[in-house]
Amino acid sequence: MASASAPTIERPPQPPIDGSYHHPEELLTAAHSTATIGDKIADVVLAQPHPKAWWFFFGIGLALLSAFGLGLIWLFYMGVGVWGINQPVAWGLAIVNFVWWIGIGHAGTLISAILLLLHQKWRTSINRFAETMTLFAVMCAGVFPLIHMGRVWLGYWLFPFPNNMAVWPQFRSPLAWDVFAVSTYLTVSIVFWYVGLIPDMAFLRDAARNKWQRWVYGLLCLGWRGSAFHWRRYEKLYLLLAGLGTPLVFSVHTIVSFDFAVSIVPLWHATIFPPFFVAGAIFSGFAMVVWLAVPLRHLYGMKDMITDRHMELCGRVMIATGLLVSWGYTLELWMAWYSHSKYEWDTTYQRIWASPYWWSYWCLILTNTILPQLLWIKRVRMNELALFLIAGSVHIGMWFERYVIVITLTRDHLPGAWGRYAPTIWDYAVMFGSVGLFMTLFCLFLRVLPMISITEIREFLPFGQGGRDGHACMENAK
Amino acid sequence: MSDTHTHSGPPPLHGVMAEFKTADELIAATRAARLAGYTRMDGFSPYPVGEVADELGFPRSEIGAIMFIGGLCGATMGFLMQTWVSVIDYPISIGGKPFWSWPQYVPVSWALLVLSASLCGLFGLLALCGLPQPYHPVFNVDRFTRATRDRFFLLIEAVDPQFDPAKAKEFLASLHPDDVAEVPE
Repeated sequence: MASASAPTIERPPQPPIDGSYHHPEELLTAAHSTATIGDKIADVVLAQPHPKAWWFFFGIGLALLSAFGLGLIWLFYMGVGVWGINQPVAWGLAIVNFVWWIGIGHAGTLISAILLLLHQKWRTSINRFAETMTLFAVMCAGVFPLIHMGRVWLGYWLFPFPNNMAVWPQFRSPLAWDVFAVSTYLTVSIVFWYVGLIPDMAFLRDAARNKWQRWVYGLLCLGWRGSAFHWRRYEKLYLLLAGLGTPLVFSVHTIVSFDFAVSIVPLWHATIFPPFFVAGAIFSGFAMVVWLAVPLRHLYGMKDMITDRHMELCGRVMIATGLLVSWGYTLELWMAWYSHSKYEWDTTYQRIWASPYWWSYWCLILTNTILPQLLWIKRVRMNELALFLIAGSVHIGMWFERYVIVITLTRDHLPGAWGRYAPTIWDYAVMFGSVGLFMTLFCLFLRVLPMISITEIREFLPFGQGGRDGHACMENAK
Repeated sequence: MSDTHTHSGPPPLHGVMAEFKTADELIAATRAARLAGYTRMDGFSPYPVGEVADELGFPRSEIGAIMFIGGLCGATMGFLMQTWVSVIDYPISIGGKPFWSWPQYVPVSWALLVLSASLCGLFGLLALCGLPQPYHPVFNVDRFTRATRDRFFLLIEAVDPQFDPAKAKEFLASLHPDDVAEVPE
């Protein structure tokens, strides 16, 4: 029974971001204490001082979301014929978008899990919104295979359950694996995200400005009180979830790549696909982290916690994963030539030169391989605008990567089986609409939940500022 | 209910609580309390401080075992489910592969391992911590709202065998806390 007459707690003023404070690893640019960290992040939710630009982004998101709704209604009413898909390109944009979104969805867990295991302190400022990005991106991704089935209302047939048709899923198909991989990934990401939120929501409860906030966050935090016994179990759970999440990230995108690689289509049937897809996923995920971090830094004044150093590190991860992806492109060409398989080589020739879609391959190379090389230059990595533009280039490039893979189907070995593929307006309505779904959800998230993990930033604060100078997750988790 | 009208003594105590400014002070205080013979205690902090749990005599949690067993069960059930479906109940020939083409059951078994380990971990945490628990006596202390903000608390519970309100308060006061408070039940 929280007393109504709780003493008013003094709120220390927010430290200035004026360069007077120096963090040894440049991961913080203001002299924060545990209290000022909490106030700064929680006030975004509790006091709702939302910038006008929030309405701008929310408006765009909502408009695109309406297009999404319209596109879905028409699709469900008419069937998948409203899309441009046909033989030979039966997969089309739905699968391109599915893989694009699920790729973006991988950086959140990467940041949360892998960087935690690697003791990377810089994950702390960006893990919460990156995890949130993962959740929403996986939701957007999940929509596409579902609506691509044509009869969405039979979507539950994907799951194994005893039924009066006496049939079961076909467990030797990567498409059935996908169902398990993606739904597990979504569930585990939600668990990881929610577990991380519990202590933050307990702070929101205690810092609430009114009865409603105290009620809602009090319910959501499940009555968390920060007991040492609870923390011990909590840390162990968090560490183990990170330990499971790491191989999970790899396995999910590996399984997504199996959708292609287990087939016998030339250039799809390749062992390079799983690692190449995983690298691409991290590449595009970090590009999206950059796209989210830039507005958060400016519109919410989070430059003290998401510093230039964080942005630079994102740039470094992008150049590393970008090179892995480019290595994949090179190997595809190499294997096609070296294998002496005329099917592989002819498909490659069609892909990069002879088919009507040759330009998409070069678009991919330009945006995914050539432009990101600028990130080698430190001045570019440190320049927010340049980093933002390169991240945009990566978004386009990663989309084209999947487009190039899918469009390969237009050229078979018999010219009689050749075909063309042109997306219709309904393809695009759903595609850009899914961006609206993401934007809307993310804008709403900013209003109701802390965008940066309060608890973890506090623990990360240097000793003199009330923290423990980083995570002792490995030491605490027993 | 009638008890509240007739009861004239002080309310029953849940324990006595001291407030500290830093995690290190809480660690030191917990150690001092353990050395003084107190056994039923709890520490509260805005972020995890593993040493406090060590001092409280909780060196190892149960979560690892729970998740291990959960993961094992999930994977086993998943594998058996696929075997039963593909070999016994609904055998269909796919690309001439044997019905029991077990390597192809690995991805789903793995996904179910992670899924069930994670869910067991989450629900294990909640069950072991007794959450959700919106009400707890410690919330009766007004200053306890700072336990999620910037302060660290040590609670000596009334169920401790050597608990005596006056002595416990005196002991806690000797640890140079910011504040000592009684926690009404």
